[in-house]
Amino acid sequence: MSVTPDLVADPKRAVRAARWAEFKVFTRRFMRNPLGLVGLVIVVVLLFCAAFAPLLATHDPYLPSLTDRLAAPSATYWLGADELGRDIYSRILYGSQLTLLIVGLVIVTSAPIGLIIGAVSGTVGGWVDVIFMRITDVFLAIPKLLLALAFVAALGPGITNAALAITLTAWPPYARLARAEALIVRNSDYVNAVRLAGASEFRIIVFHVIPMCLSSVIVRMTFDMAGIILTAAGLGFIGLGAQPPLPEWGAMISTGRKFIFDQWWVATVPGIAIFTVSLGFNLLGDALRDLLDPHLRQRK
Amino acid sequence: MNRPLRLFIDIGSWLITVAITLIGLAALTFFIGRVLPIDPVLSIVGEKATPEVYQKVYLELGLDKPIWQQFIEYLGKLLRGDFGTSFSTSRPVLTDLLNFFPATLELSTIGLIIGVVLGVPMGVASAYWHEKWPDHLLRVVGLVGYSVPVFWLGLVGLFVFYYLLGWVSGPGQLDVFFVGVVDRITGSILIDSAIAGEWEIFFNAISHMILPALLLGYYSLAYISRMTRSVMLDQLSREYVLTARLKGASEFRAVAGHALRNAAIPLVTVIALSYGGLLEGSVLIETIFSWPGIGNYIYSSLFAADMNAVLGGTLLVGVVFILLNMLSDVLYRALDPRSREFAK
Repeated sequence: MSVTPDLVADPKRAVRAARWAEFKVFTRRFMRNPLGLVGLVIVVVLLFCAAFAPLLATHDPYLPSLTDRLAAPSATYWLGADELGRDIYSRILYGSQLTLLIVGLVIVTSAPIGLIIGAVSGTVGGWVDVIFMRITDVFLAIPKLLLALAFVAALGPGITNAALAITLTAWPPYARLARAEALIVRNSDYVNAVRLAGASEFRIIVFHVIPMCLSSVIVRMTFDMAGIILTAAGLGFIGLGAQPPLPEWGAMISTGRKFIFDQWWVATVPGIAIFTVSLGFNLLGDALRDLLDPHLRQRK
Repeated sequence: MNRPLRLFIDIGSWLITVAITLIGLAALTFFIGRVLPIDPVLSIVGEKATPEVYQKVYLELGLDKPIWQQFIEYLGKLLRGDFGTSFSTSRPVLTDLLNFFPATLELSTIGLIIGVVLGVPMGVASAYWHEKWPDHLLRVVGLVGYSVPVFWLGLVGLFVFYYLLGWVSGPGQLDVFFVGVVDRITGSILIDSAIAGEWEIFFNAISHMILPALLLGYYSLAYISRMTRSVMLDQLSREYVLTARLKGASEFRAVAGHALRNAAIPLVTVIALSYGGLLEGSVLIETIFSWPGIGNYIYSSLFAADMNAVLGGTLLVGVVFILLNMLSDVLYRALDPRSREFAK
C-alpha cells in the first residue's frame, strides 16, 4: 500500500503521485487493447531498426555488386538484392531512418503551425478567425497528394522539399482541431479568471488554451503519421521524394516496378515495410484515441 | 426576416464562400507556378536558352508587371478557360485535361460504387455487432485499407491477378488492337463501346478496369465503412431505435429502416468527400495501370517539367474537389430539415 502524501506539506510529491497513478491506470487500460499493443510493438521495432541500422544490417546499403543483380532471397541476401545488387534487407533498415526523418520533420513543423493558428483563431475570434479559417479551408479543399506533388515539382525533388510540401498540406486539420478546442476553452470560467487577473491574450493562448488542445492534437498526430508515411512513399514512388541512391521505401518500389513480374521481391518487400509501419501507427492512434480523446471519454 | 429574403442571403453567402475558396485555390497554384520557382522563365525555357528567347518568354509571362497585376491577369485567363499551353503535347492544357478527365471520372465512379456497395453494409455490420468479432474483423479490414500504399497494392495486384493467375487484363484501358476502334462520344470507354454495340470491346474494357476499380473501391471502402460505423453506432443507441424494437419491428427493420435512414444524411457527405479522395488516389493508381486519365497526365507532365500541365491538372482536381464539398453541403441541407433551422 502506498502512503497518501500530505497535499499541504508536500504538494510536489502529491502531484507526482497523482501523475503516477494516472499513468498506471492509463497503462492498464492500454494493455487491455490487443490491437493497440500490436501497433506499439511495430512502432518500437521501427525505432529500434532505425537506431541500430548499422549494427543490424548485413551489407552496405549503397554498395552495388553487379554479380548479384536481382538475386533472389537467400542466406546471404535475406530479402533478395535489387537491380544494382544491393542488399534489400539492409536498405530497408536504413530506409526506416529516412521514413522517421520525414515523419519527424513534418510533425514538428505542421503540428505547431496548425496548433498556433487554430488556438489564436479560436481565442481571438473576429476577423482574424475569419481570415485564418478561410485560408485553412482553401488548403483543406485541395487533395493532399496533388498539392504536395505540385509543390515539390516547383521546389525540386528531395527529402527536405518533400517534407516541406507535406507540411504545407498537413497543418490545416490541426488548425481546425485546435480552433474547436479553443472555442470551448475561450469562455470557460478559469480563462475568464486569468483574464480578470490581467493576463494578456498571448499568455492566455500559450499557457491556458494550447495545453488544453494538446491531447487531441497528439492523438491526431499519431494517426497522421500513417498518412504522412503513405504520402511520402507516394512522392518517393513518383520520383519526387528522396533521390537515388538513398534507400527510401517508396523510391525502392518505383525501381522494383520494372521487375515486378520476374523479380517480385524487389518491389514487394519495401511495400510490406511501408504497410507494416503505417498500420502500426494507425493501430496505435486508434488505441490512443480511445484512451485520450476527451470527447470519447465523456461518452463512456 | 421573411423566408425568400433569408434564402436569398443564404445562397448569396454560400456562393461567396465558394468563390473565395476557388480564388484561394487559384492563388495557391499561382504561387506554386510563379512565385515559388526561383526563375519561372528558366523552368520553362531551360538553362541553354538564348537571351532573346528568355526575354520573349519573360514578357509573355508578364513578369515585368507587379505581382498583383500578374495574379489578376492569371485569374482572367483561368476564367476564360486558358490554362496555358502544355509544353510536352503542345496543345492547350484545357484541351488535354478534357481529353483525359473522362477516363479518370469513369474509373473513380466505378471505384466509388464498389466502395459504397461494400463499405456501407460493412460499417452497419460493424456497428450492429459492436465490439464483437465481426466488428473487430471488419475494423481490421478497414485499417488495412488505410495503411496500405495504394500504388504498391496495384503492383502486387497486377503480379498476382494478371501475371500469375491471368484473371484480368494488364495495364491500359483496352487491349492494343482495340484502341481507337470505338468512336469517342462521352469519353467513357464503357458507355462508348456499349453505344457502338461493340460488346467484345466492352468486356475487354471491363477486364482491364476491374483491378484498378477494385483497388480504388477498397481505398474508399476503408473510409466509408469507418464513418458508417461511427454514425450507425450513434444512431443505434438512440431511443427511437429502442421504441421501434419495443413496438415489435424486426431487427432488420429497426436497423435498416430506422437507424440507417437517419444515418444516410451524414453518409451523403462522407461519400461525396471520398469521391474527392478517389480522384486523388487515382493519380497513383493510373500511373501503375497506364490508365489514360488525369493522374497519368500529371505524372508524365512532371517528368517533362511541364508545369502548366501539372498545375492545370491540380487546379481541375481541386475545383472538382471543392465543388463536391459544396454539393455535399447542399445535399445535407436539402435532406435534413433540421440543418436549415439554424440559419439566422
